[in-house]
Amino acid sequence: MNTETKPDLNIDRSVGDFSYDVDYEFDAGLGLTERTIDYISDVKKDPDWIREFRKDALRKFESMPMPTHWASHDLDNIIFENIRYYLSQGTAPKRSWDDVPADVKRTFERLGIPEQERKFLAGVEAQFDSEAAYSNIKAAVGAQGVIFVGSTDGLQKHPEIFRKWFGKVIPTGDNKFSALNSAVFSGGSFIYIPPGVKVKHPLQAYFRINAENFGQFERTLIIADEGSEVMYMEGCTAPKFETSTLHSAVVELVALKGAKIQYITVQNWSANVFNLVTKRGLAHEDAEIKWIDCNIGSRLTMKYPGVIMKGRRARGEVISIALAGDGQHQDTGAKMVHAADDTTSNIVSKSISLGKGRSTYRGLVQIGRHLKGCRNNTECDALLINTESRTDTYPAITIRGKENASQHEASVSKINAEQIFYMQQRGIPKAAAMSLAVNGFVNDLVQQFPMEYSVELKRLIDLEMEGSVG
Amino acid sequence: MSTTIMENELETPAWPEWFDQGAAIQEYESTPQPTRKDESWRFANIAALSLDGFVPAPAVSNEGRLIVASAGMGKSAAKMIFANNALIHEDASRLPDGVVFVPLEVAARDHAALFKKYFMAQPVELGSHKYAALHKGRVTSGAFLYVPPDTEVALPVEIFHWVEGACSSVFPHTLIICGQNSQVTVVDRFQSADGLKAFACGVNDLHLAPGARLTYVAVQEWSRDSLAFHLNSTIVDRDAVCTSLTANLGGGTVRGESLSRLVGERARSEMYSINPVDGTREIDQRTLQDHVAPNATSDLLYLNALDDKARTIFAGLIKVQPGANGTDAYQKVRNLILSDEADPNSMPGLEILSDDVRCSHGATNGPVSEDELFYLQARGIPREAASRLIVNGFFNALLEKISDEELREYLMDLLARRLAVS
Repeated sequence: MNTETKPDLNIDRSVGDFSYDVDYEFDAGLGLTERTIDYISDVKKDPDWIREFRKDALRKFESMPMPTHWASHDLDNIIFENIRYYLSQGTAPKRSWDDVPADVKRTFERLGIPEQERKFLAGVEAQFDSEAAYSNIKAAVGAQGVIFVGSTDGLQKHPEIFRKWFGKVIPTGDNKFSALNSAVFSGGSFIYIPPGVKVKHPLQAYFRINAENFGQFERTLIIADEGSEVMYMEGCTAPKFETSTLHSAVVELVALKGAKIQYITVQNWSANVFNLVTKRGLAHEDAEIKWIDCNIGSRLTMKYPGVIMKGRRARGEVISIALAGDGQHQDTGAKMVHAADDTTSNIVSKSISLGKGRSTYRGLVQIGRHLKGCRNNTECDALLINTESRTDTYPAITIRGKENASQHEASVSKINAEQIFYMQQRGIPKAAAMSLAVNGFVNDLVQQFPMEYSVELKRLIDLEMEGSVG
Repeated sequence: MSTTIMENELETPAWPEWFDQGAAIQEYESTPQPTRKDESWRFANIAALSLDGFVPAPAVSNEGRLIVASAGMGKSAAKMIFANNALIHEDASRLPDGVVFVPLEVAARDHAALFKKYFMAQPVELGSHKYAALHKGRVTSGAFLYVPPDTEVALPVEIFHWVEGACSSVFPHTLIICGQNSQVTVVDRFQSADGLKAFACGVNDLHLAPGARLTYVAVQEWSRDSLAFHLNSTIVDRDAVCTSLTANLGGGTVRGESLSRLVGERARSEMYSINPVDGTREIDQRTLQDHVAPNATSDLLYLNALDDKARTIFAGLIKVQPGANGTDAYQKVRNLILSDEADPNSMPGLEILSDDVRCSHGATNGPVSEDELFYLQARGIPREAASRLIVNGFFNALLEKISDEELREYLMDLLARRLAVS
């Protein structure tokens, strides 16, 4: 490994040579009022029920307190009046690849991001040039009756399916940020998989070509009808050009009888971003929902993907990797709500804290009374790299019913000095040895990611480690 | 819900000037009632905290009967018996020279410097500061034990706190100060004289100087509909070892808070608890293992067996402060679920601010093993009795950690009687 270059992934996106003048065709302006909602609804040509839904959500958002009685007080630093809640450009922004700073280009190279994707990720193009690849997938799944469109298209063109499930898994008032999202959402995906259809290709969010796709308040709804299977992937390992500081997505999954949904997220936010996301799935009888979640970067991420196991033998799973760099706080975890007999869930969480980074596991496992045959297994392991690194674990477990069982285990450790010594003896530089050790720590989870993601993830960990080992 | 609590009928002792009970009561009254929104009261049954109807504890009717009932282990180094907040018996004749074992108010007068340094010196941090203020404002006596440096008390010291009368309120207090390299075992008993509903708000503070060894066992047997707070803090200095065991065999709604602070290198704190809970009883336990000094160890194991509509809450936190390198901390709660209506809640937490540590925690929930039941049933033991035997074994595995053999046997016997397996 070349340890000469130390690209900093947390580039300051405000530096002059990496800011673009973009003329947005639609801009709701600063702050959030009913007028903002009307503006968004007008631009998006929302049906009346959505307009009402948004306004109701706004009222809930305004009435709910910040959850700082348990969450980080850093939330108090979000100035809601200074945020633009809706921006969209009608045409592709005019930016030049030459404007992209050299270290960002180098990072893309190190991560092995394909050429066309790099431009997209750097914000040079609103869409990257892979229309062909996308069209192929679209044609392949379209023939099976799969609907894969933006959330706006979904609610306008498929109201009969959309309306039935929208806001049902995550009610508007679930938390302050789900209320915010419900008020101003735009972008995100709507996916419907017909009964029995097993989608071979993973559906990737950034293949869907749409400047709104990475919106601040995206809203995704995936419905897998009986016996169907789908894998959805969002994000990527590269740092993304980002000017907005608040991201608050809501993702709802519905797996009907016997369906399987895998939802894979790999996100690497810049260090000024608040990433406050609500993700939850509803698993019916014999259905399976699996969240694979990798969080890197951001100032504060709060995200606890959940599964409500509503039907018998439903299964929920959360696989989570979090890497908290210097000054960052990854507050992630999982929620498992068992609401039917013989439901099983599994949570495996691994976190790494670098420098003054802080990673937190926050979990909730509930098995209701009068149920039987329910099982939960939870494992959380944390690795601390530097003396000032921090990790916390805050699970809450309520298991009722004498035919149910759960186990929870968590451990905290630092990198094994003997391992590092062993590798150094064999001529591996210390930084590389540390990277290997960290990669080893998350290896069993990384293998659950699709191939290209796991390769990128390993490289990303190498990169993050380089800056933190003296 | 009433937030005031009646005056005590006992004459207030002549506390030192700095100890202002009126101010404590004011603090109690001005501190808001906890709500479930407070993290330290999550899952708690706040409505059960009402102090409506509790009255001052009258003088007990028959002191002799309670003294006889306080036979305890039979062999002890010293004994103190309190009934309805008053000392009714003390015997410190078999203690080594220099050991101070006196009622709290005597300590306040005759050992003023020690008393001032240690009496409620550690603020209550785990949620019940309101009730700590109430205790401070109402306490009239208690046990004060000081073991001088290099002194070993071979036999256990026994302390009994009785409550008698309908809705009586008691404020038991135990303060133990272990000098450098001293060694002592204390058994603190909390009992109902008549099985009537009562209110108890107790504090027990343990201070260990470098190299001290303390085994502290609290056995709580209040009546089945009593409300009780037991607030503990344990400060362990360099090379000292504290083993504390809380057995909640009784009580209706019990809130226990245990804070162990490891302030010296290689200090060790062992925090154990056994809780057979049945009926509609609720045992709410909050713990903190606070690693301030490097190379200290702590080990927490809490066992709950829940039957009927019992509720338990375990919220524990291992906190490793910056610089507490070489920390080795462990925390485990195990819930044995014996009925469909039982409601165990576990919140095992970690906050690690230092990298060179070994910390882990675990929480398990599950029923009695069918294999074990089958094994016992195959040998002719009815299923229900077999289940109780297994529960007994579940707790005995923890009692094995008590190294004093006679004390261990005594506790096992108490437990067996509680579970009706003896």
